Amino acid sequence: MGLIDLANPSRFLAFSHRLLQALVPVTAALFAVGLYLAFFVAPDDYQQGATVRIMFIHVPAAWLGMMCWTVMSIAALGTLVWRHPLADVALKAATPIGAAFTFICLFAGSMWGRPMWGTYWVWDARLTSVLIMFLMYLGLIALWRAVDDPSRAGRAAAILTLVGAVNLPIIKFSVDWWNTLHQPASVIRLGGPTIHPTILLPLLVMVLAFTLLFVTLHVSAMRNEILRRRVRTLRLMQAEAA
Amino acid sequence: MEALAALLLRDMRLAVRVGGGALVGVLFFLIVVTIVPLGVGPDLALLARIGPAILWIGALLASLLALDRLLAADHDDGSLDLILTGRAPLELAVAVKALAHWVTTSLPLVIAAPALGLFLNLEPGAIGAVALTLLVGTPALTFIGLIGAALAVALRRGGLLLPVLVLPLTIPILIFGVSASNAAIVGPVPFGAPFAILAALTLMSLVIGPFAAAAALRHGLE
Amino acid sequence: MRLSACDLVCVRGDRRVFADLGFHLDAGELLAIRGPNGAGKTSLLRSIAGLVRLAAGRIELAGADPELTVAEQSHYLGHHDALKPSLSVAENLVFWARYLGTGGMRPAEALETVGLATLAALPAGYLSAGQRRRLSVARLLAAHRPIWLLDEPTSALDAAAQARLADIMRRHLAGGGLILAATHGPLGLDGTRELVLGDSP
Repeated sequence: MGLIDLANPSRFLAFSHRLLQALVPVTAALFAVGLYLAFFVAPDDYQQGATVRIMFIHVPAAWLGMMCWTVMSIAALGTLVWRHPLADVALKAATPIGAAFTFICLFAGSMWGRPMWGTYWVWDARLTSVLIMFLMYLGLIALWRAVDDPSRAGRAAAILTLVGAVNLPIIKFSVDWWNTLHQPASVIRLGGPTIHPTILLPLLVMVLAFTLLFVTLHVSAMRNEILRRRVRTLRLMQAEAA
Repeated sequence: MEALAALLLRDMRLAVRVGGGALVGVLFFLIVVTIVPLGVGPDLALLARIGPAILWIGALLASLLALDRLLAADHDDGSLDLILTGRAPLELAVAVKALAHWVTTSLPLVIAAPALGLFLNLEPGAIGAVALTLLVGTPALTFIGLIGAALAVALRRGGLLLPVLVLPLTIPILIFGVSASNAAIVGPVPFGAPFAILAALTLMSLVIGPFAAAAALRHGLE
Repeated sequence: MRLSACDLVCVRGDRRVFADLGFHLDAGELLAIRGPNGAGKTSLLRSIAGLVRLAAGRIELAGADPELTVAEQSHYLGHHDALKPSLSVAENLVFWARYLGTGGMRPAEALETVGLATLAALPAGYLSAGQRRRLSVARLLAAHRPIWLLDEPTSALDAAAQARLADIMRRHLAGGGLILAATHGPLGLDGTRELVLGDSP
């Protein structure tokens, strides 16, 4: 079943219903395995002790936050270039999820930072770049809410998404450069100089679990958005009929 | 009066329902707090020292930029005409609108300020002082901004004109708000003195704002 | 109740819109204001509503509450409908009924009268132009005031809605109300007096 077959919203709703029935238990199982590995199998870090385990939440969340913007960019191209009917639904559904993952990354990083650096926040290159990406997610959500008509909002959001995709590497570069100007005394190396296999396996499992979580949430959100648009259409028809 | 309660309720409902609303103001506040370290450098000690000022300036800009929503929307769709023919005094009507605006736009900023204080490495005492001064000072910003909004209501291309009109008037509030915050952190001036002046300025603005705004609306009639 | 105006002069910008204008209107009477665009029909209505300053002249209302101004005893229906799209039809109407606070029909009844009762819970943003106009007419019913100042009330209304409006206006006049209506077309009521604007002084 190709993408073009799924372009019909009703078919998508039927397909996604069956997909979710399979996805939800698999995602839950992966999380169970990953969290067990992360908290009981992986060893403590010789410097940071047990708090290093926050990395198993922080790193996958960061990766998902970035991957989500890539997914959104593809959806944006789908809206503007290929005119796929469900592309802007995919874009709208993904945005809050990406924002949430980015927030989890920032929050976990902050909780990790408190015992390590003595402060809840430090303006280092990586955290600052992720914060800026978070602000761009929120801005995109604000743009969606500002325009009433869903398809016009979709095109505007698609343009902003693509502009963001081009800009995010530039922002990352400039923030890295800014950080070298104000180099703090110690450079924090996360996870140690090499990634030991006992840490790598739980990390990969958690990344996979987070990825499946993203897919599950995204598909559910797309279903909600389709239903929301149907309600809107029904209301328009109600007004016309009166 | 029932008329004014209805107006308050309507304005608050609209602020919540119309896209974004309060959250865009908080987002703007967050962005301002982010760009200052990017300009100034990540030195946490420096940021902690200027933190109260950054928070106050961010809150000031965020509440000013939302001001054109206060009266312009009602002017454009004809609601302001009907409000002017209402039996409730115009001064009270605009005061109620400003109150609704403060609750839905500025109060979220006050609530967000402690979280943003963490970004700037402020101590809990400093965060508390800044939040308290913002709580007491932001109504003054709204009620003085009300005057500018009334003066600029009929202008099509308000743009930056409204903040330009209002910012000078809000300078005393900024000065005493930051002073009081710093006094709580560093001393030697006790917190009470600038804080009392800040409170007095707010009380004055609660009176002057609605009267000046109502006069501006009436004189602005063609 | 008698509304009288004499020697009204209105200036907008550098243009004298009308001068030496006078009329009187008794309870139960309808005055249709006619004239080409720019003649000052809207300005006249808005000046009675207190929304436009007159350069000269007096407007008086005899036989009414002396505590209230003429504007406070008028209900102005302008070009804009004063509707908030994100509030429902019913919420919009209930708000104005409460704010203008002078009693009148219950909002549900008013919506019934203009034929919008089935859309009461719908957000007002979904309404067509004609439906918005009808909601404004419902507002006239829900917040009752003796003087109605109607600016092009039939615009955007189809024939059925115009007939309904004529009915509503008839009932208002029968109840002792006064109506001033600026209009290009016919209003559908007999015995309408006319005030024609537009010849430059």
